[in-house]
Amino acid sequence: MNSSACCTRKQKLFNVSESRETMVIVLGEQQNGKFKKATFEVVYYGKKLAEAKGTSCTALVLGEVEDPGQLGRYGADQVLVVSDPELNTLDTQQYTAVMKQIVDQHQADTVVLPHSTTGKALAGRVGIAIDGSVVTAVNALPEVNGSCTVSRPVFAGKAIATYQLNGPRKVITVTGNSIKPEEIGAPVQAEQIQADLPARKVRIKEVKRATGSTPLPEAELVVSAGRGMKGPENWGIIEELAETLGAATACSRPVSDADWRPHHEHVGQTGIAISPNLYLAAGISGAIQHLAGVNNSKVIVVINKDPEAPFFKAADYGVVGDLFEVVPRLTEALKKFKSQG
Amino acid sequence: MKILVAISKTPETTAKISFTPDNKAFNTDGVQYIMNPYDEWYALVRGLELKEANGGSVTVINVGPPANDVIIRKALAIGADDAVRVNAEPLSARFVAEQIANHAKEAGYDLIIFGKETIDYSGALVPGMVAELLDLPFFSFAHYLEVDGKTATVTRDIEGGEEIAEAELPIVVSAIKGMAEQRIPNMRGIMMAKRKPLNVTEPVGTQGDVEIVAYTLPPEKSAVKLVEPENMDELVSLLHEEAKVI
Ligand SMILES: Cc1cc2nc3c(=O)[nH]c(=O)nc-3n(C[C@H](O)[C@H](O)[C@H](O)COP(=O)(O)OP(=O)(O)OC[C@H]3O[C@@H](n4cnc5c(N)ncnc54)[C@H](O)[C@@H]3O)c2cc1C
Ligand SMILES: Nc1ncnc2c1ncn2[C@@H]1O[C@H](COP(=O)(O)O)[C@@H](O)[C@H]1O
Repeated sequence: MNSSACCTRKQKLFNVSESRETMVIVLGEQQNGKFKKATFEVVYYGKKLAEAKGTSCTALVLGEVEDPGQLGRYGADQVLVVSDPELNTLDTQQYTAVMKQIVDQHQADTVVLPHSTTGKALAGRVGIAIDGSVVTAVNALPEVNGSCTVSRPVFAGKAIATYQLNGPRKVITVTGNSIKPEEIGAPVQAEQIQADLPARKVRIKEVKRATGSTPLPEAELVVSAGRGMKGPENWGIIEELAETLGAATACSRPVSDADWRPHHEHVGQTGIAISPNLYLAAGISGAIQHLAGVNNSKVIVVINKDPEAPFFKAADYGVVGDLFEVVPRLTEALKKFKSQG
Repeated sequence: MKILVAISKTPETTAKISFTPDNKAFNTDGVQYIMNPYDEWYALVRGLELKEANGGSVTVINVGPPANDVIIRKALAIGADDAVRVNAEPLSARFVAEQIANHAKEAGYDLIIFGKETIDYSGALVPGMVAELLDLPFFSFAHYLEVDGKTATVTRDIEGGEEIAEAELPIVVSAIKGMAEQRIPNMRGIMMAKRKPLNVTEPVGTQGDVEIVAYTLPPEKSAVKLVEPENMDELVSLLHEEAKVI
């Protein structure tokens, strides 16, 4: 198949149902039977990649899911579902085996996964199973003119490396929030398919999920606070600001180390890396290891009483002042803004 | 219990990041290296704790050049029993995984523990690749690992929460914060490390399925726009009208 860009337009007419050749397979990750935003993002990404290559995009959904055909709206030309209840939870051996069967059957050459805990757990495994070249945490489409190259942040965001994927098959994980999914298609009729599952070796005892708020890795807006808060008893103003904004909360490492906040809120080099649209940091100095987890945010707002705090160098907007005054004032201003609609 | 811990080397976190003039390679001049924190603080220490509780041995493995012996000796000083270094530049995750799997296949381990990722390239790939090469269950991002007889219990991060699961040994695990507490090597450990075996082997297979062809620096941030602390209405309207994030 010629994958040079000159053929893109002509090949958009490529008819999926006549040919079984599907070149891009996307994992339609589900949680409790539902899709999350990250799934729509990777489907859309997969479709854009398929268009650039002049091929089609198939979404593979594992487990029992409500309305899998809706993935057609974000660009899936075809949706395949293996609705075996064993696949409702992730066992990397089972997921990999199914993905390999589908990739082989469809002679797919690219697998796209979300850069979620699920996608990260699978990427290496799937790469070996299908004998593919793997690159994780990409935030833009690859260049597929002749060779396939794709860029991703390295050294905790201090540089960008361009990777060349030399194998005939490729596995890519896409960072959340790096592409805005658009409704470019219509729902499709999902096809139920069978797959051979290897015996499950992992027994799941218990699943604990934070209910209510958006999980931090997926949040578009994040309010974060650090040691400048003085103690856990002061977090009310942060929570109120987050609630007013509809944001998730995060913290710096010393804060979670001291058990002021739960460890899953810890962002940075040793915590989680996030890339929200807005990261608002109050009372965080902006140490390099903290920035490592947040410098892919689109907009950074820093509130710190020290004008020399290193965080201001990485910020788009800054407020030099006492957070105990500034944060409540900001919450008030936001409430006023929201009530004006 | 036979335990293998994979350790990698990474530039120290405040190292200055620059590249060779052709932008094709990382400039290593003056860069200090450390053991990858996830490997040192969590994977290695939990391996040692499990050995102390259940008996057995902890072997560390690194794929890297002779200069990495410094880091390997540190792992021995912290308490590993012996070490293997596969003598090659680790240029791709697959190549590294093949070396580790190749060693593990021969030696036979009950437990292979990794860090969740290296903090320089953050690939988070080698552990899953090794699990697939050895056809073993894989627990990614685990912050709790306990072994009772032949059964391992793991708590690992999943999307939006955590999961408690178990499997029979042998298994592959990647460790995150919470699994153990960092140990500082003491004088006795450092002395003993000098006499512990560090076996150097030659690599199998070839590199090159993935290669880095260029490095660039991220675009410079424009200077911060300061807003007066009294004027939060202005910040709100900037976020709405200019940044368009609310
Ligand atoms: C290997 C390694 C890995 C690390 N990983 C991480 C990581 O993943 N994440 C992370 O966060 N850190 C990490 N760190 C720690 C990091 O180096 C910093 O120590 C940490 O981020 C500092 O947290 P902080 O900004 O909350 O606290 P501090 O550095 O103490 O800063 C507090 C800030 O609050 C400001 N402040 C105080 N009072 C007020 C007030 N009333 N109003 C407004 N501002 C106020 C101060 O001016 C100061 O700038 C790591 C360190 C190492 C060595
Ligand atoms: N060169 C290497 N030698 C030994 N182990 C490695 C090497 N590179 C990575 N690892 C292990 O694999 C984990 C994940 O690394 P990565 O997939 O490169 O992000 C690390 O935390 C180490 O445990």
